[in-house]
Amino acid sequence: MTDPILIQGGSLLGGGAADVLVADGVIAAVSTTPGALETTGVRVIDADGLVVLPGLVDLHTHLREPGREDAETIRTGSHAAALGGYTAVLAMANTNPVTDTAEAAERVHELGRQVGVVDVQPVGAVTKGLAGEELAELGLMARSRAGVRVFSDDGRCVQDARVMRRALEYVKAFGGVISQHSQDSSLAGPEACCHEGEISGRLGLTGWPGVAEEVIVARDVMLARHTGSRVHVAHASTAGTVEVLRWARSQGIAVTAEVTPHHLLLTTEELLGYDPTYKVNPPLRPAEDVEALRDALADGTIDAVATDHAPHARHDKQHAFGDAAFGMLGLETALGVVASVMVDSGRLDWAGVARVMSHNPARIAGLGGHGRPIEVGEPAHLTLIDPAASVTVDREASASLSRNNPWHGRTLSAAVHTTLLRGVPTVLEGKLA
Amino acid sequence: MNKHLLSVDDLTIDDVNTLFTTAAEMHDVQRREVKKLPALRGRTVINLFFEDSTRTRSSFELAGKWLSADTINLAGKGSSASKGESLRDTVLTIASMGVDALVIRHSASGACHQVAEWVDCSVVNAGDGTHEHPTQALLDAYTLVRRLGTLEDKHIVLVGDLTHSRVFRSNVGLLGRLGARVTVVAPPTLMPSGVEAWSASAGFETSYDLDEVLPKADAVMMLRVQRERMSGGFFPTAREYTVGYGLTRDRLAVLGEEVPICHPGPMNRGLEIAADAADAAQSLILEQVSSGVAVRMSVLYHLLAGEGASA
Repeated sequence: MTDPILIQGGSLLGGGAADVLVADGVIAAVSTTPGALETTGVRVIDADGLVVLPGLVDLHTHLREPGREDAETIRTGSHAAALGGYTAVLAMANTNPVTDTAEAAERVHELGRQVGVVDVQPVGAVTKGLAGEELAELGLMARSRAGVRVFSDDGRCVQDARVMRRALEYVKAFGGVISQHSQDSSLAGPEACCHEGEISGRLGLTGWPGVAEEVIVARDVMLARHTGSRVHVAHASTAGTVEVLRWARSQGIAVTAEVTPHHLLLTTEELLGYDPTYKVNPPLRPAEDVEALRDALADGTIDAVATDHAPHARHDKQHAFGDAAFGMLGLETALGVVASVMVDSGRLDWAGVARVMSHNPARIAGLGGHGRPIEVGEPAHLTLIDPAASVTVDREASASLSRNNPWHGRTLSAAVHTTLLRGVPTVLEGKLA
Repeated sequence: MNKHLLSVDDLTIDDVNTLFTTAAEMHDVQRREVKKLPALRGRTVINLFFEDSTRTRSSFELAGKWLSADTINLAGKGSSASKGESLRDTVLTIASMGVDALVIRHSASGACHQVAEWVDCSVVNAGDGTHEHPTQALLDAYTLVRRLGTLEDKHIVLVGDLTHSRVFRSNVGLLGRLGARVTVVAPPTLMPSGVEAWSASAGFETSYDLDEVLPKADAVMMLRVQRERMSGGFFPTAREYTVGYGLTRDRLAVLGEEVPICHPGPMNRGLEIAADAADAAQSLILEQVSSGVAVRMSVLYHLLAGEGASA
């Protein structure tokens, strides 16, 4: 155990400035009386002007290990996550080999534990090899030491409705959730590389229309109702999806959803230069979709912000747009994007940020120790934000092994000052501790 | 002119007129017994074709050779991605050999734009996916200007598989700027997505009814139905397409004998164009091919011979 830490004068959500004492991995004391807590033998972090949030939780991270350690490793991805204010990340299953067995899940979990800067929680594949045909060993992954609760074939959609139905039914036994990459392959096939619309028409790129997402979301909502199970919509990207989600909630159907930072800020216009940095799946959508997603996040129709952090080696992006890999980095910049889009505009306050980036993701993922209120006895997973700061993103300064960073050169609001995992600093003053 | 020719949008109208003037001179050279000019002696042009092509590659090759450039053809069958090498590595390797121009055809839209960012030499887009084919548009316009005298206020009708046509995308960008009124005709399934907004901003018209449009045409350009790109059933049968959108013998009669017919080739005879129409007296299809060499000579000359040079 490290020395106790006193976070002095930070702004607590729903309250004024307070001192927070962290010891033995938990929050030992909270005082709104300045100077009331003992500082002898305690490491003091001056948090004057900083906002104290529960540690951020990412529902959707690609760490690439095993299989593509040239793009990212669990170590480098964990460092990027900590710098982004995260204390837990869910590592997607589309590695090589795929995380579709208990052993594979335990290995990812253990590698994360060894690095020890964020809790790395593996996501299990829904189907063997992500092939969409036979269920993976969902129960064994759930019962493993990794305790998998979220299952996803992300990168691919579970196309077959019968397979999806069985998966939803099966995970009820252990409180699991299926996180779906919603993309109907008959409407958006393998050549689809961007949003289908005027820009794809002009550029001659094969698009995928929003309806290809919406029909799967609608189908899965009905399957969730039929099975009485929980479905989670990964990276929602269209206004139509938001409409379906609103209807599902009005019917009391157990559906949750996430949106990525890039779908909250970037639009199809970014594609005009054919820069594969902006090639992502689902694709960047027009401004009207972006606006609907912002509204949905603000009013709670969309529960969470998830990064879909997708690192790629440089050479995997150095192809023609249609041939380049899908995905962009996101862990280190997510908070800044949310602050720029949602906080600066008044759509979310910092309590709202905590809701969509910590409380809700932890709840959806079943990570009981994360996303907790800042109260005595709770685990000391904390993120200190400087709301007055602004950061001009430099992709070369990233902790990630990859550089496919769409925010390079842009200035984002706020900055992560400190991250604590179980009371231990992983980031101090914006740098790895 | 710009260093590269990636899109018709890279060209001003002055550029186009200059290219046409030079092309006319080059056209005369083609009729000589010795078809050789010294203009690009010592310059190297590589035709890098990642996608199959006969007429465009041969046309560029002849254009380079008749200007005395050292011209090499390289076939990058399939995409570089499928070979495990990035496109960037492939083109940098070739450009490092001391090349003055890369003429590139690639199956992916935007590929030539990206290549132009990586290499120091000139890049000519010889067709990128379903995006653009600027020299085809130039030769089409050049051919029509020679026949019609001017494109000002002429009604040009493009018919066919617009979704998959790079020829359409370049032509619609160029013909309008030369003063033509352009109408594009296709079944709704072969209209590019977002065409309503695009046509409104770019100033062309759209129609699903060829028979309504054809009698008002000053020239008609038939586009190939790209069956190899059609996995999704864009129309029920070839017969139904021909009845709706083919330049049939009956429609040829409606068109009259003076209205020129173009087709960028290769043609699907009997599908989008009847043999009678392809071989009709007013057909400019072979003239397009002949003009193509002259136009590409003009393009290479202006890109590589330096400003102020004369043919």
